[in-house]
Amino acid sequence: MSILVYTENWDGKFKKLSFELVSYAAAIAKEMGSSVTALSVGDVADDELNKLANYGASKVLKLEDDRFGSLDNKALSKAVAAAANKEGAKVVVFAHDNLGKALAPRVSVKLDAGLVSGVTALPSSFDPFVIKKKVFTGKAFANVQINADIKVITLSQNSFELVETGGSAAIEAFDAAVDDADFNTVVNETNKITGKVLLSDAEIVISGGRGMKSGDNWGGLEELADLLGAGMACSRPVSDEGWRSHTEHVGQTGKIIAPNLYFAFGISGAIQHLGGVSSSKVIVAINKDPEAPIFEAADYGIVGDVFKVIPQLIEGVKAM
Amino acid sequence: MKILVLISNVPDTTTKVRFTGDNTSFDDAGVQWIINPWDELALTRAMELKEAGGVDKITVANVGEKTTEPTLRKALAVGADDAIRVDVPAKDAYFVARQLAEVAKDYDLILAGIEASDYNGNAVGGMLAEMLGFNSVSAVSGISINGDKFTVNREIDGGSQVLSITGPLVAIVQKGIAKEPRIPAMRGIMMARKKPLNIVAAVDTHEKTSYASYELPAPKAACKMVDEENTKELITLLHEEAKVL
Repeated sequence: MSILVYTENWDGKFKKLSFELVSYAAAIAKEMGSSVTALSVGDVADDELNKLANYGASKVLKLEDDRFGSLDNKALSKAVAAAANKEGAKVVVFAHDNLGKALAPRVSVKLDAGLVSGVTALPSSFDPFVIKKKVFTGKAFANVQINADIKVITLSQNSFELVETGGSAAIEAFDAAVDDADFNTVVNETNKITGKVLLSDAEIVISGGRGMKSGDNWGGLEELADLLGAGMACSRPVSDEGWRSHTEHVGQTGKIIAPNLYFAFGISGAIQHLGGVSSSKVIVAINKDPEAPIFEAADYGIVGDVFKVIPQLIEGVKAM
Repeated sequence: MKILVLISNVPDTTTKVRFTGDNTSFDDAGVQWIINPWDELALTRAMELKEAGGVDKITVANVGEKTTEPTLRKALAVGADDAIRVDVPAKDAYFVARQLAEVAKDYDLILAGIEASDYNGNAVGGMLAEMLGFNSVSAVSGISINGDKFTVNREIDGGSQVLSITGPLVAIVQKGIAKEPRIPAMRGIMMARKKPLNIVAAVDTHEKTSYASYELPAPKAACKMVDEENTKELITLLHEEAKVL
C-alpha cells in the first residue's frame, strides 16, 4: 500500500509544486500508516530525484521514455495507472494544474477510483474519507466524501506548506508497458514562456484591470513584477480588449490563483473576478473609486490614481 | 463529421452562493440558470467549424431533469441541430460521464468545457474519453479540422503547443477557443422550438463521491487603508505585518 504522487519537472528540474505534492502525500501517508512513492516522467538526474526524498518520498519510480514528451493524455494515464497498480496505491495525488487536470479524470476511471479535484487541505477524516475542495469558483468550499477504495485528488496550488523531512529514497526504473499505438498526439510546435514567472508558480502576482486604460500602460506593472519576481495577470475586460493575452486572465472564467500576495491595480472587483483570486493570502487593492467592491476583499488598500501609485511603489521596492 | 457538445446547466455567474439544510445543499431559490460559460464557448466553436464546412451535425447533450431543458433549448437556439437529455438528476462527475458514455459513442469530436462553474470538477470530459477509449486533449484554446486529424492548440504548464491528433477526440476546452459566445437571434429561438430534443432513460450506475457539507469562506477583516501619498507605509506593512514581501 502506498500514496502515489505524480511529479512534474521542467527541463529536468522539479517544480516547487512537486515538492508541495510530496509533502502533502507524506502527511496523508503518516495518517494512513503508508508510504509515499513519487512517479517521475522524463529525464531527471538521480541527485534531482533524491530531492523528493527530502520531502518524504521513500521510493521514486523513474519513467524515462521520450514518447511521453508529447504528453499524450491516453498514454500517460495508462502509465500512471500502471504505477498505481504496481504500488498498490490507495491515494493518487496530482497537481491541480493543466497536466494534473488532464490526467486525473482518466486515471480515476482506470482505477475505478473516486476523484476530487482542487482540494485545499488534508482529509478531515479517513474513514469515511472526507476532503475539502473549492466550489463555485472560490465562492465556497465543499467537504466531499469519496465512496471508493482508491482516491484520486488534485491539490490546489499553495494550499500546503513544504515540509522537509530528510531521508533517502530508493530509485527504481519503471517500465510502463505502453506501446506505440497508445500514442496519438504529435507536437508540431511548443512555445515556452521564458524569462517570465509563470502565473501558476508565482508567489506574488501583479494584476491590472480596466483602470489601466489601454494596452500601452503596462510598463510600470511589468517593471514592478520584475523587481518582485512576480507573475503578471489581468481582469477579464483587459483580455477581452486584447490589452493582454487571455493566458493572464484571472477570474471565474480564466485562471484561479492562490498566491501569497495579489496586487489589484485598477480592478473594481466584480464577483467573477474575486472568485479567481479570493484564495490569495494577502490582497492589495489600488483603485480610484473608494466604493469599489475590491476593497471588501482586500487586506490593504489605497484609494488613488494607479499611475501615481505605481512609480512610487517601484521606488519603494528598489529601496528595500 | 458529427460533433457532440456537452452542456452543463449552472447558476448564473453573478449568483450569490448560499446553502440550506444546515449547509448540506445549495440554495437554488431565485437562481437563474445558464449554459456553463466554457460549454457556451465550445458550442460557438462547433458552430464556426460547421460553417467552415465538413461538419454534418452538432448535437448538444445534458444530464439532468426536465428543469434543465430551457438551457438545452438555448443551445439549440444558438445553432445546435438536435439535443439529448439523459433524464436523471446529475450526481457526481463519474455518474454524469457514465450516462454520457451511453449516448456519445458515435461522435467524431466531443467538446467539453474544462470545468463547470458550480462544482469545478475538471472531470467529465476526461472521464468520458477514458470510458469511450477516445483520445483527449485538455486546456484546449483552439481547434480546427485538418483532413482526418485535428489541429489543436493547448496550454501547458509554462507555455503552449500546437498538436495534431487523430479522432475520435474529446477536446476539453477553455478560454480562447472562441472569441465571444454567440447570442441566440430571434430566428434561432423560433427554430429551436421545432428542433428535436431527445429524452434518453438513464443507465443504472452509482456515484463515487458525495457532498457531505458546504462552507462559506471566513469573512475578511476590514481593509487597512493607506494614503495615496504614503505608499512607503504599504511596503512596510506588507514587509513587517503581513510578512509577504
